[in-house]
Amino acid sequence: MSTIDRSKIRNFCIIAHIDHGKSTLADRIIESTGLLTSREMQAQVLDNMDLERERGITIKSQAVRTVYKAKNGEEYIFNLIDTPGHVDFNYEVSRSLAACDGAILVVDAAQGIEAQTLANVYLALDHDLDVFPVINKIDLPSAEPDRVVNEIEDVIGIEAQDAPRISAKNGIGIDEVLEKIVDKIPAPLGDPDKPLKALIFDSLYDSYKGAIAFVRLVDGKVSKGTPIRMMATGATAEVVEVGYFGAGQFIPCDELSAGMVGYITASIKNVRDTAVGDTITNSAVPCDEALPGYKKVLSMVYCGMYPADGAKYPDLRDALEKLQLNDASLNYEPETSIALGFGFRCGFLGLLHLEVVQERLEREYNLDLVTTAPGVIYKVHKLNGELIELTNPSNLPDPAEIDYMEEPIVNAEIMVTKDFVGPIMELCQERRGRYISMEYMEETRALLKYELPLNEIIYDFFDALKSRSRGYASFDYEMKGYEKADLVKLDILINREEVDALSFIVHADSAYERGRRMCERLKEEIPRHLFEIPIQAAIGSKIIARETVKAMRKDVLAKCYGGDITRKKKLLEKQKEGKKRMRQIGNVEIPQKAFMSVLKLDEDK
Amino acid sequence: MHLLGLYIHIPFCKRKCNYCDFLSVNADEDVKKAYVEALVQEISNWKDKYRYGNREYSVKTIYIGGGTPSVLIPCCIQNILGAVEDEFNLDLNAMPDIEVTVEVNPGTVDKDKLKIYREAGINRLSIGLQSVNDNELKLLGRIHGFDDFLRTYEAARQCGFDNINADVMTAIPGQTMSSLKHTLDVVCALKPEHISAYSLILEEGTPFYEKYPDKECLFSEDEEREMYWYTVSFLKEHGYNRYEISNFSRKGFESRHNTSYWRRTEYIGFGAGASSFINGIRYKNTSDIGKYTDYPVSDKYFDEYIRLDEQDMIEEFMLLGLRMSEGVSEYEFMEQFGIELSRMYGEEIGKLLEEGLISKEAGKIYLTDKGIDYGNYVFSRFLK
Repeated sequence: MSTIDRSKIRNFCIIAHIDHGKSTLADRIIESTGLLTSREMQAQVLDNMDLERERGITIKSQAVRTVYKAKNGEEYIFNLIDTPGHVDFNYEVSRSLAACDGAILVVDAAQGIEAQTLANVYLALDHDLDVFPVINKIDLPSAEPDRVVNEIEDVIGIEAQDAPRISAKNGIGIDEVLEKIVDKIPAPLGDPDKPLKALIFDSLYDSYKGAIAFVRLVDGKVSKGTPIRMMATGATAEVVEVGYFGAGQFIPCDELSAGMVGYITASIKNVRDTAVGDTITNSAVPCDEALPGYKKVLSMVYCGMYPADGAKYPDLRDALEKLQLNDASLNYEPETSIALGFGFRCGFLGLLHLEVVQERLEREYNLDLVTTAPGVIYKVHKLNGELIELTNPSNLPDPAEIDYMEEPIVNAEIMVTKDFVGPIMELCQERRGRYISMEYMEETRALLKYELPLNEIIYDFFDALKSRSRGYASFDYEMKGYEKADLVKLDILINREEVDALSFIVHADSAYERGRRMCERLKEEIPRHLFEIPIQAAIGSKIIARETVKAMRKDVLAKCYGGDITRKKKLLEKQKEGKKRMRQIGNVEIPQKAFMSVLKLDEDK
Repeated sequence: MHLLGLYIHIPFCKRKCNYCDFLSVNADEDVKKAYVEALVQEISNWKDKYRYGNREYSVKTIYIGGGTPSVLIPCCIQNILGAVEDEFNLDLNAMPDIEVTVEVNPGTVDKDKLKIYREAGINRLSIGLQSVNDNELKLLGRIHGFDDFLRTYEAARQCGFDNINADVMTAIPGQTMSSLKHTLDVVCALKPEHISAYSLILEEGTPFYEKYPDKECLFSEDEEREMYWYTVSFLKEHGYNRYEISNFSRKGFESRHNTSYWRRTEYIGFGAGASSFINGIRYKNTSDIGKYTDYPVSDKYFDEYIRLDEQDMIEEFMLLGLRMSEGVSEYEFMEQFGIELSRMYGEEIGKLLEEGLISKEAGKIYLTDKGIDYGNYVFSRFLK
């Protein structure tokens, strides 16, 4: 193992817009290089969380090593590093790219270039990766590979005439891709005799091995017993095991050296000590400087998470703790809500990340959760000069103490076919977008650039975008910074009691509209009670909208004889079970989904 | 000695009504004949098959329901009751204390048939009237008119039946407050001993359910409640006491068989789809009439078999007992479960009292008028 010829190593990733076939191609590459027989293949080897397979997305970076015998007779080691495909996980994408020397760009032969295609290509080019394109899904009736080739050359400006035209799904053209990897992806550089310098591009927590750092060695070597130091976090440890990635398993080896991709375990308890982007060096013989680009991942979206059953609070705490071991970008701290009791304010990279965490908590830890409205971090400048970074609307100071507030703004790029430019511009306008530019990439498709407030896109922007473009629009964004905005806190009163978990911050101009729709939605969600329930939206003490849930007049089974007893009792039990999944606020029982569904207000239109 | 009720199911009708979700079909005479033979076989083998320890049973009530039991030729009923007498050592004619009811529909019995019923030991009739307005009967899909009911009713009186129930329905298609009043007027003038008054519920699998999708009731809740409470007060004025949510009678004529369901005394159901409750077990015969006819004695084809635990029994005690106007007794609760009701459900009872949904008097807890409107809410409070 230690005598691996660096010129025979290819470290690469596959980048693509979502659904263009990235994971399927990865599967084919693994299968064709003989690492797994097709019987052992479970579709999409690299997406090993249930959630990833179900949603068809990649959440965690994964890596796999295979050996390919090329037509020139030589054997090559392929290290394929899979990257998350969603904007929420951009930081992880960029770290994964930093571990590669080249990238395969997969473009759908029917859909052509999409917003994330561009975003990912630019990221790859920023990292000085050699990118070669592959046209996928050529078997589709609507495939237009020639058009897509021209589009790639025109829009991205990379050579595409000799791009392999393949169908990853049907195994067409895979050999050509494998040969291209050998030809087009450069062998790694780096010097094994220099001091150790390794990039952590991912990490995960294993209950036996502790934190496992996924690394790309730039210089030097590492083996069992090497004393190491994480240069950004300062954590030190002694290496217990090094190895490389089989399919879904870790294969120990004696040593990793410059140019190689593999893993290191060092009985590190906390995954935070192996932060993605950090540089590992030998603490006895340190390298002179860390690799560039390490940054602390900041949460963009916050929400409250509460156990549906208050007694499960310790379970939720344990689950979050465990989840965080594997997901260093998840933040949480305890908070209390009058309506929901004890819970946590959690920070996420974006809404998808939030949903993923929520689903994992519910599935893997079997918890029933109540989630409050997701919000962003607002900067509240008080008159006394104090600056508050607000993650929970309930903590907003008295308006009289506030000088002004700022909200986060993103640069958004939306790619859309000509016919839907109008509706999409209208949508951006409604969401307080600031138009920057529009360019036609070819006759039928335009790239729209907007500045949008983050709080306008975290709820349902993506859904709205899809529905207003019949699925033809794609979208990508990055943080731009903070801007002053006229924001107010909207409170919801149910049966005249303020429900803190339903409060949220909104732009003053849309407060009335949101308040009204929120009341309408809650009216649908809250079941009738024995009494009438007013639902009100208020800014401060001013009521701006009101709806009423009428009182129930009757709920009784007219008859119940010998043959009815078990059935009717089951019916009552079901009714009762439904109630258990509700939150009692004052005298009113509110279904848990009400706390979340009120945010999807665009669907009403 | 354990008290026992017997229920015998006859799953045949001339025509199924538009609202009916009971097990009932229109069948050839051969099918009916084979079914009755199977019934007799099931009844005759009961003691051999289900000997629950050495418990002694004393039959107190017998109820032949359906369907329409009166669509059978009269000797069928004789055979069935004969089998019951043999198996349970009874002589119905000599034991007038045993309440023996048969359900009949207007137009399916004449004096001759009723006489045979009487001689077979039947002492109570339950007649499906539903409404005195022919247009309403037609909309319900009933096969009879009001004059058919009158003839049946008169014939029954002439044959000596002195305990008769008439079913009426509220919230049915075409009904108005004045047509309901008319029905109640006419029925009360006939002075049956017992009146069952149900609100129509649109049950799954019925023609009405298809016709009125996503509805549970044809009327608004306010209208339905107005009809219910109007019926309650009208019947009260005419000497009918409400002893269960939908059941009314003159004093002493409460249906003892039905009351036994709410009191949770044991009963055995014979026939296809019939339910039994005995020795802490609720089970239900197969609803497949063909299968039942072929294997009436087999216990392989239960639709349901549930062994109740203590909690189930306590919950049933509450939600069945509270259906009755007299409610549940603290003493009986203690007697049956060895724990005080207030210890078990103190908090729930306190809250329901506060909400005005139940009342407490002389060691008994019962639904208030408001509590009747929200019965399910009250019942479900006693579920774990």
